[in-house]
Amino acid sequence: MKQSVTVVQDEKGNFGTMVKDFVIKLIPAMPKWNGKTLVRKVLIPLASIILFVGLWHVGAKALYNIEADYKIQKALTDQGQEAADQMAACIASGDVSCQPNTLPSPAQVWTSFNTLIADHKAISADKAEFKAKTAALNAKREAEGKAPIVYTGRPSFVDQIFTSLKTVFAGFLLALIIAVPVGVIIGLSTTLRNSFNWLIQIFKPVSPVVWLLLVFMIVKTMTKDSESDSAFIISFISVGLCAMWATLVNTAMGVATVDKDYINVAKVLKLGPIQKVFKVILPSSLPLIFTGLRITLSVAWMVLIAIELLAQSPGLGSFVWEEFQNGANDSNSKIIVAMFVIGIIGFLLDRIMLTVQNMVSFNKNATA
Amino acid sequence: MAYLELKNVSMTYGRGANATEVLSNINLTIEEGEFVAIVGFTGSGKTTLVNLINGLLKPTSGEVLFKGEPVVDTSHERGVIFQNYSLLPWLTVGQNVHMAVKEAFPKASKKEINARVEEYVAMVNLSPAINKRPKELSGGMRQRVSVARALAMNPEMIIMDEPLGALDALTRGNLQDEILKIWSKDKRTALLITNDVDEGIYMADRIIPLKPGPNATLGPEFNINIERPRDKTELNDNLEYKKTRNAIIEYLMGIGEERKSASKKIYELPELTPKSFVA
Repeated sequence: MKQSVTVVQDEKGNFGTMVKDFVIKLIPAMPKWNGKTLVRKVLIPLASIILFVGLWHVGAKALYNIEADYKIQKALTDQGQEAADQMAACIASGDVSCQPNTLPSPAQVWTSFNTLIADHKAISADKAEFKAKTAALNAKREAEGKAPIVYTGRPSFVDQIFTSLKTVFAGFLLALIIAVPVGVIIGLSTTLRNSFNWLIQIFKPVSPVVWLLLVFMIVKTMTKDSESDSAFIISFISVGLCAMWATLVNTAMGVATVDKDYINVAKVLKLGPIQKVFKVILPSSLPLIFTGLRITLSVAWMVLIAIELLAQSPGLGSFVWEEFQNGANDSNSKIIVAMFVIGIIGFLLDRIMLTVQNMVSFNKNATA
Repeated sequence: MAYLELKNVSMTYGRGANATEVLSNINLTIEEGEFVAIVGFTGSGKTTLVNLINGLLKPTSGEVLFKGEPVVDTSHERGVIFQNYSLLPWLTVGQNVHMAVKEAFPKASKKEINARVEEYVAMVNLSPAINKRPKELSGGMRQRVSVARALAMNPEMIIMDEPLGALDALTRGNLQDEILKIWSKDKRTALLITNDVDEGIYMADRIIPLKPGPNATLGPEFNINIERPRDKTELNDNLEYKKTRNAIIEYLMGIGEERKSASKKIYELPELTPKSFVA
């Protein structure tokens, strides 16, 4: 909301300090340190984490035992005592070939996490090596007007995370571009709001899967002749369409319920219709619009995983699905790693949006 | 020709069975340069009356004439100071005033606009707070911004809708003096709506009580023949002041009594005796 007022300009630093301010705002204010806050802010949360991991460990152990007993029992009934003893010995030895397949324990998940990181390092090194090798060749090809040779190896887990983030931001931007202007227009007119209401009410609860199929029907036909990456297009459009409703409804509501005092001010000052929208209505509905955008971003991140899983577009969703189909010994623990990564990224995205929301709110602070 | 004239103005909200006539048969004339106060109880339709005059509302019947022309819309000629300040919270003090100046003087250069903003913010003694947002200001400071915003548009008439209603008594007194000081500079026509009889007498040339609604209408007017500038402490001993004050209060309290005793219905209570649990 920068106004073109030279005399009354806010003291604003350069972009660097703005970014720094933003990062500082992301971190909750540090309380004064004493025994009480130490217990409340550190020890109790820490205890809850330990309790969670402990319960998880115990539960995983119990499931493991059930699965192991079943395996031994099965060997006993199918092949007799000798096979059963062999199976028990094999399980006890920790051999990969006969491990029961069930909920992984925290330790297994931690191992898988390290495996995935190591894998990422290996792939990155591989990529760098490939790049160095093909640098000269690519320069030559480019000079001849040919497309350069690109790395086509398997993406690492970290690459998948970035692909997912790219898709979610594309979807979020699409939602923003559609929902905010449409919401403003709908919010301004009671007639439009009433006539579009059925559409919003019907499409809002539609499941992401159905949106995906709908988008698939359209995009498949539209990208028939082009070489573009239709999986990416399908998934980001589906994400955008699923997630935009919260912003649409909130924007329309924010615009429709602008404080009557502000409207009276606009009337008394005799602002034109466009000025009224941009100088009074939009700024006063910004807090609600950002609340909508915050919901949209979390919904987008949530449905993204399901959509990637179905659309076979690269990303965390397809990583989870491939691991599940893979059925390797550490597949289950890799899925749990992905689960935590998804959760943590979702939390961070929400935190960022909350901070932005608080920055644009002029009268109250939104809370988590 | 009167400067502002209300002829048989009535205002009804709602329709059919739900219709309530808030104002009925309001007749009022204000001459140029006059300072008129309208006093009334809360909920008597004062704000409706203000909105009819500034053009935010249209009367159900009757006419509002400003300089002989019917009022159909808001106008920069009539500046409004709202009861609840109505400052835009996302703009600073300067930006709030700037927005009004820019609308009132579309042809002015940036420099002229900025000079005017600074001048009016200085006039209400808020220069140090020019870059603050409304929520950082006290109620009195906010109302001063609202005064600066209304006056910076250079209106011919100022309409004040209970401008000091939400302030404490001391701030109120200060702001009354400030508004009077500003007003006395170029004697613009002013209309003050208030619920405080003393405020009305201290500030206005003429006081008109508004009988409480529904069907609110204006009562007999009282002229205040006290020399300006008026002194608050001396006013207490002024015979004219005491006389007017008592007459107005008597009139208003009289209406209040009338309103209270208007309901002559007798309610019959059912005959009930408490049940005895002893036996």
